[in-house]
Formats: sequence, C-alpha cells, structure tokens
Amino acid sequence: MTAALALLFDFGLAALVLIVATWTLMTRETAAAAVGFVAYGLLLTLVWVRLAAPDVALTEAAIGSGVTGTLLLGAAARLRSTEAAAEAEQPGRAMRFVVALLCASVSAGIAGAILMLPDPAPTLAPQAMAALPSTGLGNAVTAVLLSYRAIDTLLETVVLVLALLGVWSLAPDRVWGGHPGPLISSNQERVLTFLAQLLPPFGILVAIHLFWIGADAPGGKFQAATILAAMWILAQRAGLVDAPPVSRRWLRLVVVAGPAVFLAVGFFGSATAGAFLAYPEGYAKPLIIAIEAALLPSLAAALALLVAGPPARTESR
Amino acid sequence: MTLALDILTVVAVSAGAFFFLAGTVGLLRFPDSLSRLHALTKADNLGLGLIVLGLLPRAGGVLGALKLIAVWAIAQFASAAVTQLLARAARTAEPPA
Repeated sequence: MTAALALLFDFGLAALVLIVATWTLMTRETAAAAVGFVAYGLLLTLVWVRLAAPDVALTEAAIGSGVTGTLLLGAAARLRSTEAAAEAEQPGRAMRFVVALLCASVSAGIAGAILMLPDPAPTLAPQAMAALPSTGLGNAVTAVLLSYRAIDTLLETVVLVLALLGVWSLAPDRVWGGHPGPLISSNQERVLTFLAQLLPPFGILVAIHLFWIGADAPGGKFQAATILAAMWILAQRAGLVDAPPVSRRWLRLVVVAGPAVFLAVGFFGSATAGAFLAYPEGYAKPLIIAIEAALLPSLAAALALLVAGPPARTESR
Repeated sequence: MTLALDILTVVAVSAGAFFFLAGTVGLLRFPDSLSRLHALTKADNLGLGLIVLGLLPRAGGVLGALKLIAVWAIAQFASAAVTQLLARAARTAEPPA
C-alpha cells in the first residue's frame, strides 16, 4: 500500500517536472519563463528528496532555484525594453528544425546512457564511506566536496569570483567602482522594511546552524551562504542598508578571502602531506572547518553581489 | 492514544490539502489579481497550518515539532509581506474600477 502510494507520488512528480519544464521552454515571455524555472527548481528539490539526496535538494532549492531564479528575474526586468523586438524575431523553419533535432538527439543520448547503465549502477559510495573516518567528518557528501574532490570545490569557488568580476565589468566607465543596484530610500515600502527587520536574525541563525551541521548532516557552507546572501539582499531591497561600492577594499578582501585560504591550505598540503590539497594525518577536520569558515562570508558576499548586479551609481544614500 | 493521534493526523492533513486545493482553484478561477491573492493566502495560512498541525505528532520529539512550527511561522511572515507587496503592485498596475 505504502509502496504503491510512493510510486504514484513519484510518477506524478516526474510528470509534473516534465510539464513545468515544457511550459517553461514554450513560454515566450521572459519573466514568466523565469517564474516557471523557479517552480521547476522547487519540483527538482522534491525529486532529490525522493532520491534520498537531501544535500543536493538543499543546494537545488537554495542555489538552483533561489539565487538563479532571482538572477533570471533580474535579467528579465532588464530585458523588458527589448522583449517585444526579441519576440517578434522568428527563426526560420530550417533553423528551428535543426535546433529541435540537436536537442532531441542530446536528450536521447543522455536517456540512452542512463538506461544502459549496468545494474547495479557503478558506485564509489562504499569506498567513500570506508574512508570517512580518516576525514573526521560524519557526512559523506561534505567529505567528497572538501576532501576527496576538494579541487572541484576550489575551482567552483574561484569561478564564482570570476563570475562576479564579469558582472562588475559590465559597468559603464563613469560609475565604475560605485554602488551596485538602484538607490533605494528606506521607508519606501513599510511592509518590506518590517520583513527585512524581522527575518534576518532568524536567517542568520538558520545559516549558522546549516553551516555547522554540514560536517555530520545535510547542510554546509554553500546553502548557509545562500541564506546569508538572501538576508543581505532583503535588507538592501528594503533600503535598510546600502550596497557598498564595489571599489571598497574590505569588500574585495571578503570576496577573495575564502578561495585564498582554500588555496593556501592546498599548498600547505603539498608541503606537509605530499600532495596539493592533501590534509596531514589527523588535521583533516580542523583544516576543513577552517576552509569552510573562510568560504562562508566569501560565498555569501559573492552571491549577494551577483544578485545586486554591476555598479550603477556613484552617489550614496 | 496512538489511534487518536493518527486520526488527528489524517483529519488535519486532509483538511490542509483541501485548503491548498481550494486555494489553487481560486488562483486559477478568480477574475482579478486581488481576489487571486486572497485565495492564495488561505492555502498558505490555513492549508500549511493544518498540515503542520497534523504532522506535529509525527515530528519525533519536541525539537522536530518546534522546527515544523517555525517553518509555518516564517512562511506566514513571508507570505503576508509578499502578498501585500504584490497587492500594492497590482493596484498600481490596474487601479480598481
């Protein structure tokens, strides 16, 4: 009975994911498609929960749906003036056919690869669990992210800094180094001010909780940083705090500090443990915590600044 | 006692699901933005509240139950604030006749 119900739920969920994905692709209006993308991300979060991958589910909800959705909505708002022209542009029939063919063959290739996986699927999970005691961690996902495949995580955090540089470089010369986003005076929107005063204490508490339990349970710096970034953005949008000018040295230091500490620990590993990003015997957990603690403010600042956008004005509040 | 708690769970979660269904129907059927928002708040408030109430006996301890209540309370704050913002935006876009 329970198994049948679960199967019914899973089929319904899979169908819903496909329907929302198709709708998002077919929608011509950019803002509506961005909203569809957020709904799609939340459905994917449920899929990850059903696949017993709460770590991925948290990341999908926070980064995949939350931050990316906000970025897409911001982009849609910026593109509104050119929207009519873009919609009027219809690619030719042959072009559309080629695109559809290419997309369909990529989908068929991925589906084929997944369907042809040997049963049981190849997995490194037993080895990952077996090596867990050497890292001092209790959560295998954190061990993969910060020990076995730390280099991937290092590159990911560097990519975020590069993405921020890319966004900043979109600023026109006359406002370079200025504040990102529009000038928002406080008390413009009382309800928003109330929410922005009430929510951050809870948000910061939840973020620290997520960060700290990440060693032994689902959670970690990325999800925690997203919540911190969201709280900062909320306070900015309500006009309670002004986004700092991007030329501020402290701001740049905060953004770079996390990846820099990560790199330093990596070189420390080459000197003491014989390989880049290797942790000396018995020091794995403190070093991992040091990296995560350094990354938390960097990631939060980088994500919030990505959402805030390129520098747009030189006047302060 | 367990039977009573089970009945509470089934009744409260079903009632919550009903409010979500009603809210969704309202969202799809109501003619203007303000009444659509009105329908949504019922799903957020009563629907989520009843589902949380029904899940409380199954939370596996006081801490889990408090977390569920916190989820409901924070969703209340967020949805109340967002509804007001949306309603104001809707009124600016389409002033009432």
